[in-house]
Amino acid sequence: MILIIAEHKDGQLSKSTAEMVQAARASGQSGPVTVLVLGSGVNEVANQAAQFADQVLVADRPELAQYSAEVWTAAAAQIAQQGQANTVMIGGSRSGREYAPRVAVRLDAPYLEDAIALQAVDGGLQSQRYSYLARVTETQQASAPTVVVTVKPGAFQPAAATGQTAEQYDVELELPQPRLQVTGKNEEKLDRVSLSEADIIVTGGRGVGSAENFSTLVEGLADALGAGVGATRAVVDAGWRPYGEQVGQTGKTVQPGAYIALGVSGAVQHLSGMGKSKYIVAINKDADAPIFKVADYGIVGDVNEIVPALIQASR
Amino acid sequence: MKILTLIRQVPDAEARVKAAGGQMDLSGTTMVIDGMDEYGVEEALQLREGGADVEEIIGLAVGPAQTEDAVRTALAMGIDRAIHVETSSYLDPITVSKIVATVAQEEGVSLILAGGQQADWDSQALGAATAERLGWPQATWTNDLSLSGTALSGKHDVDSGSENFQMDLPAVVTTQQGLNEPRYPTLPNIMKAKKKELRKDDLSRFGAESKVQLVSSEIQVRSRKNQMIDGKDPQAAAQELINLLRSEAKVLN
Repeated sequence: MILIIAEHKDGQLSKSTAEMVQAARASGQSGPVTVLVLGSGVNEVANQAAQFADQVLVADRPELAQYSAEVWTAAAAQIAQQGQANTVMIGGSRSGREYAPRVAVRLDAPYLEDAIALQAVDGGLQSQRYSYLARVTETQQASAPTVVVTVKPGAFQPAAATGQTAEQYDVELELPQPRLQVTGKNEEKLDRVSLSEADIIVTGGRGVGSAENFSTLVEGLADALGAGVGATRAVVDAGWRPYGEQVGQTGKTVQPGAYIALGVSGAVQHLSGMGKSKYIVAINKDADAPIFKVADYGIVGDVNEIVPALIQASR
Repeated sequence: MKILTLIRQVPDAEARVKAAGGQMDLSGTTMVIDGMDEYGVEEALQLREGGADVEEIIGLAVGPAQTEDAVRTALAMGIDRAIHVETSSYLDPITVSKIVATVAQEEGVSLILAGGQQADWDSQALGAATAERLGWPQATWTNDLSLSGTALSGKHDVDSGSENFQMDLPAVVTTQQGLNEPRYPTLPNIMKAKKKELRKDDLSRFGAESKVQLVSSEIQVRSRKNQMIDGKDPQAAAQELINLLRSEAKVLN
């Protein structure tokens, strides 16, 4: 079987789970597409998963209320072994890429990380992924009875519902006590659409000038367009914006329909987080800024003049 | 206690990377110690300077001969000695974790610091895979760390936001921006580093064979329209851009 560990949040199945189902079905591997739901009070999540999968396994237990790398590793590895999974698919989120390597080591399996394409080939499984700060596309291949894969969010279309409701089965697990104790949580505040869901992202860089300007221009344009708000590392380091908005190598990786960069120079570390956006728009007064090289549409000009005009024109 | 801090040499972010015939060609590319590993080296030094009982800080690198330059940088920053497992073969992070875990056991370390994501692999697997091999817990994407006795505490990034955590040694910690400000090696320390022990180790004794084959590496430059709009008249430029977002990009109604 192809075992997919469901990602879900606030009682809802995440889009990434449907994307993994699509990646599994399109890969040409054999075996039923099986979704494992780990959590507490996940009845609704399991019902949603049943719309996409061939079968759904559910472990609904209080100990699974909170994600833990050690607990998720144990759960995924046990089910993979019992079900003799040929592929274990895990979301390419921060948490997924934290426990997937442990699952691979525990199963003595090869690990294909952050796949953007997946194909069964003669004698194994081939994946494509980005490397070298997303400047290089690698093709990797693994041949083993079980292969562990993480799937890059947004790289696959979400699967359509099968039109049938898959059977659900409760599973037994032996879970360890997590040794990493969580003593406090600092949830990201989201006033707008999240960067992973946004179809348009407006990002501000140093060239925006100040924290006040960032609010007026970047947030102003984002609100006018119904967009998410991103920031460069320089802006986060300067304390203008929270880290949760940072796009780039050490922040978030995004792939929206349009990425609008205001006063962003375009350092490689930033490009690695947004370079795969469908359309890139750059507005910067420096005509030599590297961001223009990757832009579909560019305006050389002062953001203080162009952005208010954009807000006006979008109405 | 001893700390093992991992060192990887990667292309400088500003340097051009090339690929030819499906293979990376890094000849002539400026190579540097991975910035994420500098956080690890710095953190080990700061833990010691902050009064933690740190007997020794050991660096470990797996890579080609020129990786020695990155190791020297770490020695000049202040780690005590280093081990370099020299190989020019492609090894994936899961395979490298086998070498790291073996060295960690041989050296009797109880804290391993690894980069949160290496700038050549673009991988987050090394720290976690090493922790699993050793049966240790891990904290990934750590941007605040302190050590009291054998108790680690700190803050790390998770899927949405961050968490405060505690765990006991032995453990693996992976780094993230914000953990510290890595120091620059001073000239006297660069000179001193030349006398520090840098032991070469032999890959063959680790039985580390990659289960993942690298079939090809290509640079796929996505073609962009590069359409420039004259910004002299802000209103006209804004209107033209909005029209393009509507009619071509189709992200606006």
